[in-house]
Amino acid sequence: MSYPDDRKYSPEHEWLRIEGPDGVLGITDFAQDELGDVVFVELPEVGDSFDSGEEIGTIESVKAVAEIYTPVGGEILAVNESLEDQPELLNSDPHGSGWLVRVRLRDVEETKKLMTAGEYAELVGPDGA
Amino acid sequence: MPQTATTRHTALLDWHRRRGARLVDFAGWRMPVHYSGVLAEHRAVRERVGLFDVSHMGEISVRGSGAEAFLQWLTPNDVVKLRPGRAHYSALLNEAGAFIDDLLLYRFDSEVFLLVVNAANVAADLEWIRSHLRGTVSVEDASAATALLALQGPRSASVLAQVVSQELDALSSFGFFEGAVAGVDGFVSRTGYTGEDGFEIYVPVEAAVSVWESLLAAGSDDGVLPVGLAARDTLRLEAGLMLHGNDIGPSTTPLEAGLGWVVKLHKGDFVGRRALLRQKEEGVARRLIGFELSGRRIARQGAPLFDAGKPVGTVTSGTWSPTLGKAIGMALVAVASADRGSELEVQVRGKNEPVRAVGLPFYRRPTNPNRRHRL
Repeated sequence: MSYPDDRKYSPEHEWLRIEGPDGVLGITDFAQDELGDVVFVELPEVGDSFDSGEEIGTIESVKAVAEIYTPVGGEILAVNESLEDQPELLNSDPHGSGWLVRVRLRDVEETKKLMTAGEYAELVGPDGA
Repeated sequence: MPQTATTRHTALLDWHRRRGARLVDFAGWRMPVHYSGVLAEHRAVRERVGLFDVSHMGEISVRGSGAEAFLQWLTPNDVVKLRPGRAHYSALLNEAGAFIDDLLLYRFDSEVFLLVVNAANVAADLEWIRSHLRGTVSVEDASAATALLALQGPRSASVLAQVVSQELDALSSFGFFEGAVAGVDGFVSRTGYTGEDGFEIYVPVEAAVSVWESLLAAGSDDGVLPVGLAARDTLRLEAGLMLHGNDIGPSTTPLEAGLGWVVKLHKGDFVGRRALLRQKEEGVARRLIGFELSGRRIARQGAPLFDAGKPVGTVTSGTWSPTLGKAIGMALVAVASADRGSELEVQVRGKNEPVRAVGLPFYRRPTNPNRRHRL
């Protein structure tokens, strides 16, 4: 597995790509592999606001359910509607078309605590790297 | 779960690792949960053929001149009517008539039987059997010496036919034969835990890898896939088959579980009979039902069920059904709410979701009128 350098990573196995005032949030390849085949993704409504660390949705795979915790606070600007019909995008392209939500960042400082790709690869270890 | 010193593994563990299987600790065993993915593996079994390493299952041999009478008393199905070369579904019941374990009972001849039991229960089963011994009977745990491979799916017969000399058309459901499989002596039954046509293949552990590889090679033209425990669970649940420890257990009786056909109340005395007779007379208070959700959330084991706001039961197994494309499950529910078509609610992560009680199984394989002529 490889982790793109153009974004930051959380210990809860999410990635956040910063685009100006926004952040695009998804789960990592490691996370999707842990979950196995995803059958359902529950996402927040556009316009909802969250604090960092809050649960914004759930990912249901055949074998388990995982909560999605946002690593940054802010307002939801968009959700990935494709996941409704194609939850498998989370497995096939977690770092790309399987993105989850776009957030208007409330405080850019919150992104500073997140990990670089290198740090994240180290966290998940050789099995996940 | 962390891997502990006591975790056991099958003879195929290295093979599973090499093939990139995700491994999980299950019932004290290090087992493959999936290889290519649960959905692809599930589909392979429904549409083509899949191969499972289920060597964690336990095998207990019971033999001797008193074996038939002993098993007739120890288990609820009718052992006297079980002919050599046949197996049947049965159980070990406690005095309350509830499941210590469910099992397959094979009869080799008048005095030789084999019980195939759940991995998690082997020790408890052995203790139960030994503490109830009667007559001239010897009991032996053959689990460590026996590998069990399950070949399942509509093309399983054509794959198996390439590595055995027996005429498989002559082998009916729950029949078995002793003989060579890919050159290794063992026995094969037309049984399984998937709802498809299929076979369970018992060989010595030393030969497990070679038989496994021979079956995969024989099945390559038919698109055989190795299948892990995750798809084994979705397949068995669609087929309405019980999992001991989830759907049935030491406080559930066969009558509650809809398995009354396993219990031959008029065959004579057997362990648990008195309690079951009474339960039959009084009627069961709860029943195991199938249910479907209309949404895509999955109601998993332990989720509480409500009928008009009143708690009426608990989910025993729940999953996503790849074949039906919906969330399904089984639940133990108070009889008043257990009728087919009952509209209930299940609580999933704090939210109530509507569910409908449905009959089991969820999936029945299409009957194939050509099967007898296909080989």
